[in-house]
Amino acid sequence: MEAKRVDDSLFRPLSPEKRGHDPIQRPSMSVWKETILNVLKNKMAVLGFTLLLVIGFFAIAGPHMVPFDPAKQDLVNTNVAPNSEHWFGSDDLGRDVWSRTWYGARVSLTIGLIAAAIDIILGVTIGGISGYMAGRSKFGDRIDSILMRIVEILYGIPYLLIVILLMVIMEPGITSIIIALSVTGWVGMARIIRGQILQLKSQEYVLAAQKMGTSHPKIIWRHLIPNTAGIIIVNLTFTIPSAIFAESFLSFLGLGVQAPFASWGTMANDSLGVILSGQWWRLFFPGFMIALTMFAFNAFGDGLQDALDPKANK
Amino acid sequence: MYIVKRILIMLLTIWVIASLTFLIMKFIPGDPFASDADVLPEEVLQNIRAKYNLDEPIAVQYVLYMKDLVTFDLGFSIQSETRSVNSIIADGAPASALLGLQALVIALALGLLLGIVAALNHNKVLDYASMFIAIIGISVPSFILAPLLIKYFAVEWGMLPVASWGTWQHSILPTLALAATPLAVIARFMRSSMLEVTNQNYIKTADAKGLSKTKLVIRHGIRNAILPVISFIGPLFVSLITGTFVIEKIFAIPGIGRYFVDSIFNRDYPVIVGTTIFFSVLLVLTLFIIDISYRYIDPRIKLTSGGE
Repeated sequence: MEAKRVDDSLFRPLSPEKRGHDPIQRPSMSVWKETILNVLKNKMAVLGFTLLLVIGFFAIAGPHMVPFDPAKQDLVNTNVAPNSEHWFGSDDLGRDVWSRTWYGARVSLTIGLIAAAIDIILGVTIGGISGYMAGRSKFGDRIDSILMRIVEILYGIPYLLIVILLMVIMEPGITSIIIALSVTGWVGMARIIRGQILQLKSQEYVLAAQKMGTSHPKIIWRHLIPNTAGIIIVNLTFTIPSAIFAESFLSFLGLGVQAPFASWGTMANDSLGVILSGQWWRLFFPGFMIALTMFAFNAFGDGLQDALDPKANK
Repeated sequence: MYIVKRILIMLLTIWVIASLTFLIMKFIPGDPFASDADVLPEEVLQNIRAKYNLDEPIAVQYVLYMKDLVTFDLGFSIQSETRSVNSIIADGAPASALLGLQALVIALALGLLLGIVAALNHNKVLDYASMFIAIIGISVPSFILAPLLIKYFAVEWGMLPVASWGTWQHSILPTLALAATPLAVIARFMRSSMLEVTNQNYIKTADAKGLSKTKLVIRHGIRNAILPVISFIGPLFVSLITGTFVIEKIFAIPGIGRYFVDSIFNRDYPVIVGTTIFFSVLLVLTLFIIDISYRYIDPRIKLTSGGE
C-alpha cells in the first residue's frame, strides 16, 4: 500500500466561531463552592444542619423564654406534668424542666463537642502516623509499636483512677471534665484510624504519590486521612453522646457540673429513680434532646460525607 | 523470634500499666481504713496497716508487691480480708465473661446485619429504618435502657426475671441492655464502610461478571468493609467480658465489674492493681490477636517491615 503524503493542503483553518477551547462539560467552581452546593442538594444534610441551628438557638435563648431560673426551687409546684406554664413540667424540687433542659444543652454540647474534637485531632494524628509508619522500615515499626503501647497503657490504667487523680490536681468544672474525657478518649479512635490507614496505604494512589516525591506527612493528611472521613464522622457521632453521658458520671463523682446546675447527662441520671413512678417528662426531654442532637449530627455528617466523596459524584 | 519479641513487649506493657496504676493509687489521698479509724484504737490500726505493708515506704511496698506478682499472687483484699484477689477474679469472671460474650455476639450479628442492609439500600426506607434504630441505640445509654427493660419485660409483662443470675432467662435482659450501644455503633461503622466499598471498581467488575448478589456482598463487600468493625471490637471485647459496673449492679449479677469501681472508692489497693492486671493481660492479648487478624482479613496489610 502506498504511503500517503501528509502535506499542508490537507489542513484547513477552523471557522472563526469554532476557535478557542472545547466547551468545558460543566462550569468550573472551587472545591468549597461545589461542596456547599452538594450539601444543599442533600435533603438529609440540610435537615440535620437546620436542626443543629434550632438546637443551638434554643440553647442560647431557651432559658430566657420562660420566667423560671434553671436552678430555682419551687417546693409548692413539684413534679408538675407538662402544662401551659411549665412547658416540659417540673422536677422533684419544682425546678422548671424546660429551662433546665436548655441550660443543660449549653453544658452538654460544649463538653460533647470539645471533647469529641480533641479525641478526633489526637486519635487521627496518632492513628494516622502509627498506621502509616508500620511496616515501612525497622524505624517505622518501632514508632508504630511505641504509639500502640502508649494506647494500650492508657487503656489499661483504670479510667476512674485517672479521674480521681485529676480531681486531686484540678478544680472541678467544665475544663477538668474535658481534660478527664480527653486523656483516654482518643485511644479507641487512634486504633480504628490506624486499622484504616493500614488497609488504605497499599492503594495505588498512595504508591503514585510516593513515587512522585510527596512528603510522608502530606500523604497522610492529603491522601489517607480524607479517605477515612466516613469512619471519622461515624466516630464523631458516638463520641459526642458518650462524652455527654460520661460527664453525668463525673458530675456524680463530684468532678463536674454541681447541683443545682444542670446538664443533659445529670438530668437523665437524676431521673432514673422516677421513671418507674411515672414522671416520664424528667427523663424524656433531656433524653429526647440527646437523641435529636445525635440524629442531626448523623444526618448532617452523612450528607457531608456524600458531598465530599468525589467517587460518589454523579 | 517475632512471637518471642512480641510476648516480651506484652509483658513489659503489662508491667508498665501495673506500675503506673500502683503509683497513681498511692498518690491519691485516702485510706482503706478510714471508716474504722473512729472505732478502732490506734495500736490496732497500726497492726492492720503493718499486715498490708502500708507502714512501709511506697518503694518498699512496690517491691514487695512485684515480688508476689512474679508468682501470680495478687494478694488479699483489704475490704473482705478472707478473700484473695485471685479468688475474687476466679469467682466473678465466669458470669461477667458469659454475659459479655453473649452481648458481643448479639451486637456483632445484628449490628453487621443492620449496617449491611442499610448500605445496600442506601437512601431508601430500610436505610433510614436501620439508622433510626442505630441512633436510638447510641442515644440511650445502658443505665437508662436497663431500668426500662426491667419495667416492661419483667415488672409489667412478667416475661422474664427482674434481676439476679442463674438460668439463661436471667441473662436475657442484661445482655440486651449491654448489647444495645455497641450494636448501634457497629451498624454505623459497617454502613459507612460498606458504602465506600460499593463504589470501588472491583465491585463493579464482579457485578459485571455476573457474580450473584449474595456472593458479591460476602466475598467482596463484607471482607473489604469489615476492618473498622474489627478494630472497634478489640477493646470492646475486653471491656464487655471483664464486666460492666452499671449493668451488673442494676441486675445484681455476681460478676467482677463492680470490683473495678468499688475497689477504687474503698482504696482496696490489692484489688485495684489485681483487677487492672487481669484487664491488661486480656487487653494486650486481644489487641495482639486483632493485629494478627488484620493480615488474614486483608492480605495487603503489612504490619512489620520484616518477613514476619
